[in-house]
This record gives sequence, C-alpha cells and structure tokens, in this order.
Amino acid sequence: MPLRRAELGATQHVMAERSQESVNYILSGKGLGSPLPAGRGGDKTPQMVNLANPTAFLAVTRRALPWLAAAATALFVVGLWGAFAAPPDYQQGEAVKIMYVHVPAAWMSSFIYVVMAAASLGTLVWRHPLADAAQKAAAPLGAGFTFICLVTGSLWGKPMWGAYWVWDARLTSVLILFIMYLGLVALWRSIEDQGVAARAAAILTLVGVVILPIIKFSVDWWHTLHQPASVFRMGGPTIAPQLLWPLLTMALAFTLLFVVLHLMAIRNEILRRRIARLTMLAAAGGDALSRRLAAGGSGA
Amino acid sequence: MSEIPHIGFIVAAYLVTAATIAVMIGAILVDYRRLGRALSRLEATRSGDDAK
Repeated sequence: MPLRRAELGATQHVMAERSQESVNYILSGKGLGSPLPAGRGGDKTPQMVNLANPTAFLAVTRRALPWLAAAATALFVVGLWGAFAAPPDYQQGEAVKIMYVHVPAAWMSSFIYVVMAAASLGTLVWRHPLADAAQKAAAPLGAGFTFICLVTGSLWGKPMWGAYWVWDARLTSVLILFIMYLGLVALWRSIEDQGVAARAAAILTLVGVVILPIIKFSVDWWHTLHQPASVFRMGGPTIAPQLLWPLLTMALAFTLLFVVLHLMAIRNEILRRRIARLTMLAAAGGDALSRRLAAGGSGA
Repeated sequence: MSEIPHIGFIVAAYLVTAATIAVMIGAILVDYRRLGRALSRLEATRSGDDAK
C-alpha cells in the first residue's frame, strides 16, 4: 500500500508526542522489528531467548512453516477420510459428522484464548518482545475458530434439538467468548500507539480468562441442552474408538493449522513494525522518502 | 447422497468451515504480500538515500 502524506503527518505527530526515551529505544534497535543479529554461534544465550529476537524468529519460521503446513494438510486428509469412513452414531446418525469440525473448533476457541493469556503475561510481566505480537496475531484467529464452532454447532442443533440456537449456558458463554475476540481485535485497531494497545489488550485478555472455566464447566453447573464432556473426562472417553480417532486427528489438524496461521500472522506483525520503524526513521532523518512525501508525491 | 439424513446440514457445516479457514489463510497471505511490497519500497528508498 503506498504511503500517503497523511500517514507521514500522523507519524510525525506520534513522534512529537513520544518521549525522547521511547524514540531512542526504537532507534537503538531494541524494539520489535529491529534487524538485530540472530544471536547464534558462540554466545551463551538460551535458544528461547534467541527466538525472542525477531530476526531469529523470522529465520526459524521460514524453515518451519512448509513442514508444519504439510503436516497439517496430511492430518486433515487422514482426519477427513476417517470422519467420512466412520460409522454413524447410534443416536445422532450421520449428523455426527458435523462433530468432526465442531468439536476441534470448540477446543481451539478456548486453546487460542489460553495462548493469548500467556502472551499477555509475557507483555505485562516479562515484556517479551514478541508477546504482544503473538497476542495481536492470535485474536482474529480465535474469532475465526469460534465462529466455526458457533455456526457448525448451530447447524448440528437444528436437526438434533430442533432449533438453530437456544440460550443455553454453553452456547451463550461461547458467544460471549466470540464477542470478546472481536472486542480485542477492535481494541488493537482503535489505539494508534501499539505499546498502549498491547497493555490494554493484555489486561482485558487476562480479565477475560474467567470465561474459560465458565465455558468448560457450564454443562456441569447449569442444566443445559449441551451434552457434558465426552472425551476429556474422569474415567476416560465415552466415545467409541471408531468415532474417537478421527476426532482426535481432526483436533490435531486444527491445532497445527492454528500454529501455522499464528506463525504467519506474527511474521506479518514483525514486518508491519519494521515498516513503522523505517517510516519513523525516514520522518526523523529527512531522507529521500520524507522529501518525496513532503513534496506531495504519490508514495514510496 | 440425498438419502443420507441431514446431508444439507453436514455439507453446510463443512462448507462454512472451509470458507472460514480459506478467509483466514487468504487474509494473512494478502497482508504478507502487501507488507513485503511496502518494506521493499521503503528499504529501496532508504538505500537510494544512503547512496547520495
């Protein structure tokens, strides 16, 4: 997208408002997106700390993504084959096939929130350079998987319950989780200063963690139409093995898909911040980009 | 196929899932290409400025 004059103006406005310390921090190369060396070789930096370096993260991601994507695709192929080869459920009939996408999506909707909560801790407690990028990147994916969960659950509910939607405790709490994901996406987009947005989103995410036990135990705490846990429960799964293994395979495929998409989205976030940093440098340095934009050119 | 009970609901569920996943993948890839182009332009401009 070409840079417009208004964007440079906004950047200069932000710079004017920032403290000199924060500008120095960015220019010193400590901020996310700075082209620091990968930290490999003879230093004694632990590997996890190396991954905190955006450049090292990008290098690892570049190598890992094709393998992870291939593994996710293979798992989807096996899982879908198993799902459509599995016998019908004695109560649900063929509608049980919806469960092979609904249940993994439901698990992912909660799992992604756990990932976001961990990233929020990384932002607030350890100020991990990739934590807020991970939190920001996960929110739209959480919304996507929760949307799949809600719609497929609704499409299962109509033939099984006779209604697309009931204000059941489980359904309502998952709907609240979906709205929370949308709220976090909106929060990130509504605050220009990404540092402030990261802290606000982290606090909101951690406050919202209370929804996870409510979702999990809603079927036990209240009388609901939604069936209780049938896989992760004391005493083991209540599902027949012929139905269980495709479900677990699909769950693994969904998990790997999320990992792939999350890594790609974090990579985008790093690039976005590099662009912001270069734009700030251009605005501060009066280089060719600044002159071109100041002259009213169409963009960089 | 039409003899399978609730086939419409099953097909709709899988279509919605596939479409949502495709949108997520597509959005991330489009964003990646857009950012890559913007970064290339910025770096080219900066390197041109440094050469002067």
